[in-house]
Amino acid sequence: MPTNVIMPQLGESVVEGTLSRWLKQVGERVEEFEPIAEVTTDKVDTEIPAPASGVVLAIHVAEGETVERGTLLAVIGQPNEQVATAPSAPPAQAHAANGQSVVVAATPPQAAAQRYSPVVARMAAEHNLDLARIHGTGLGGRVTKKDVEAYLAAQTSPPAAPLAPWEQPGGGDLFKPTDEIYAAANAKPVAAAPQPSAVPRPAAPQSLPPSTAPDGTLVPHSAIRRSIAKHMVESKLHTAPHVTTVFEVDMARTMAHWKANEAPFAAQGVRLTLTAYFVAAVVRAAQAQPTLNSRWTDDGLLIPPSVNVGMAVALQDGLIVPVIKNAQDLNLVGLARQVTDLATRARAKQLKPDDLQGGTITLTNHGVSGSLFATPIINQPQSAIVGVGAVTKRPVVITDADGNDMLAIRPMLYATLTFDHRVADGALGDAFMRVFKDTLENWS
Amino acid sequence: MPEMTLIDALREAMDEELARDPRVFITGEDVGKRGGVFRATMGLYEKYGEKRIIDSPLAELSIVAIGIGAACAGLLPICEIQFADFIHPAFNQIVNEAAKMYYRSGGTWNVPMTIRAPYGGGIGGGLYHSQSVEAFFTHVPGLKVVIPSTPHDAKGLLKSAVRDPNPVLFFEPKKGYRSIKGEVPAGDYTVPLGKARHAREGSDLSVYAYGMMAHYAVQAAEQVAREDGIQCDVIDLRTLLPVDKESILASFKKTGKALIVYEDNLTMGYGAEIAAILSGEGFEYMDAPIRRLGAPDVPAVPFSHPLQEAFMPNPHKIATAMRDLAAY
Repeated sequence: MPTNVIMPQLGESVVEGTLSRWLKQVGERVEEFEPIAEVTTDKVDTEIPAPASGVVLAIHVAEGETVERGTLLAVIGQPNEQVATAPSAPPAQAHAANGQSVVVAATPPQAAAQRYSPVVARMAAEHNLDLARIHGTGLGGRVTKKDVEAYLAAQTSPPAAPLAPWEQPGGGDLFKPTDEIYAAANAKPVAAAPQPSAVPRPAAPQSLPPSTAPDGTLVPHSAIRRSIAKHMVESKLHTAPHVTTVFEVDMARTMAHWKANEAPFAAQGVRLTLTAYFVAAVVRAAQAQPTLNSRWTDDGLLIPPSVNVGMAVALQDGLIVPVIKNAQDLNLVGLARQVTDLATRARAKQLKPDDLQGGTITLTNHGVSGSLFATPIINQPQSAIVGVGAVTKRPVVITDADGNDMLAIRPMLYATLTFDHRVADGALGDAFMRVFKDTLENWS
Repeated sequence: MPEMTLIDALREAMDEELARDPRVFITGEDVGKRGGVFRATMGLYEKYGEKRIIDSPLAELSIVAIGIGAACAGLLPICEIQFADFIHPAFNQIVNEAAKMYYRSGGTWNVPMTIRAPYGGGIGGGLYHSQSVEAFFTHVPGLKVVIPSTPHDAKGLLKSAVRDPNPVLFFEPKKGYRSIKGEVPAGDYTVPLGKARHAREGSDLSVYAYGMMAHYAVQAAEQVAREDGIQCDVIDLRTLLPVDKESILASFKKTGKALIVYEDNLTMGYGAEIAAILSGEGFEYMDAPIRRLGAPDVPAVPFSHPLQEAFMPNPHKIATAMRDLAAY
């Protein structure tokens, strides 16, 4: 029996994807679960695993084609097996007139409505797991207890993780002074204006080689660059009046806690970074001031029930913001796990579309590239973004219990809150930042 | 250790108990000179005489009633019901008298009686010689219900039953009387009532069974291990009442999946209680629906051979259920 390869639903709200590359060609052998094709959606590249072992009998969608979920992509079967010309397709749709791709209105994959057994649910709660990430081997793709055990076993011996992208110097526009970005953005159309038609727009948003144009070298925009550009302009110039408040944080206690717990966490297979503390502080502040964990709508301010913290991750060709969902339910261990998991998968381009959605507030740690403070752009449709700069030792005046002032060397941090002035005024932003500051200064 | 059949082990247990304690006696239909319809008591009449191996009238009510009276008077009766199918005339004596005696008399009278009865199908016995009746009695507080599946356990459990101060129903899988063989220690030993036997070690799913089905479950487990690499944890319950919750739950916590096998018809069978224990006390360990494999809900075990085959759970049906559950 030939098995159909169907375009899967790649996320809750993602209904289509572009078939970027076939990894197997017609006639090639493929094993079950072996990647057979690469698919690109808005921001994520992913691989489609073969649903069965066999030989690729037919390919119905060409590279570069964008198709809806449920589309028949290919057929796998035994060598010499006959491929039904219209496998399970309604007769009217069996063939595109000119023999192009055959599109089948297939039902969504059955794993869509996933249910979990009590033991799987309990283990997920105990280990703070996102079950959607675990490959199920049970009936109809069910995640079994053994699948969870195998997943946990794989987690306990992680390879020595290289430094996460946002802990390395970032190159994204988010980290540059906005004037510089928009000066450049405004300058470009002027420069290009004299001969707008002379430069053909690149047809595909995929990376193409640079070409020479009359006034310089034209580097085509990548899909992610275009997406970032659109969002930045939209947020800063067309949507939210930005305002920024800056706080100074004494990091001595947090740093001490970090140093003391790095090794014990590592022994549990958890890589603890400062980012986890920052996320925790954002959660605390957002819970104290839910007005800033919100979304402006014309009808009113929408305040979600949870704090889903997006964390900006710099990639080679741009910036991506995976989301730690329900961060208010996670302790430091849980946050550290999520931070490492999302960063690792962001770097490997293995984020799922849902990983990028549902954020209610964003954290950007621009300090890793040495920046002291910055005024980042709000990630729409959210209302606020917290920026943290580099922790540097500085002489500060501290006062002891008796009121005596003295100079001390302390690890200091500038933290900023940039928020939508439509949503709140300065006093509320400062109240948010006081909680953020207090959380880090009194960490225990 | 000598290897012997299930029925030889039972006879040896009774022989040793008769020799050990003069209070022990046996009564039932044809148990004397004839040695019982299955030859369970063969040779005992010659050895212990007509006062201790007593042929009874063809009246189960009186066999049990005599046992109750004798037990209250200080003897240790072993009553044999020729086939478990014929135990129903004695139901009132067992349920209303034997089970309640100790409670009703405020602890003054107890009934240290053992009732042996061959049960189960698969032997071409038809309607009146094939039934499984354990579920009627496991519902009754005050009784103990035991079903052995190996010669070793048969001897050790029967000795424990004879010595137990309560009425014990001792059901014997008659299909296994001569087909099940195993090593049996010579001389005196007991197997405690209320403790299940861990018949096979495995991590993929738990299988709960007793009597002939425990025997089949181990066979099926070996088959699926060989052919599919599925490792079943097999629990031979061996005492049905009181039930060994500890062993039942320990296995389930390890595997998260349970298959309960019994040859009685499915609905309201003994396995329902095991399923209730697992879901009630093992819920957080559950990884699949609890499955029961029993006989169809028809009035009796059919006499027709092909129909009897269709009726009875067997190693093949058990292996199929194991594979389905492992794949869930």
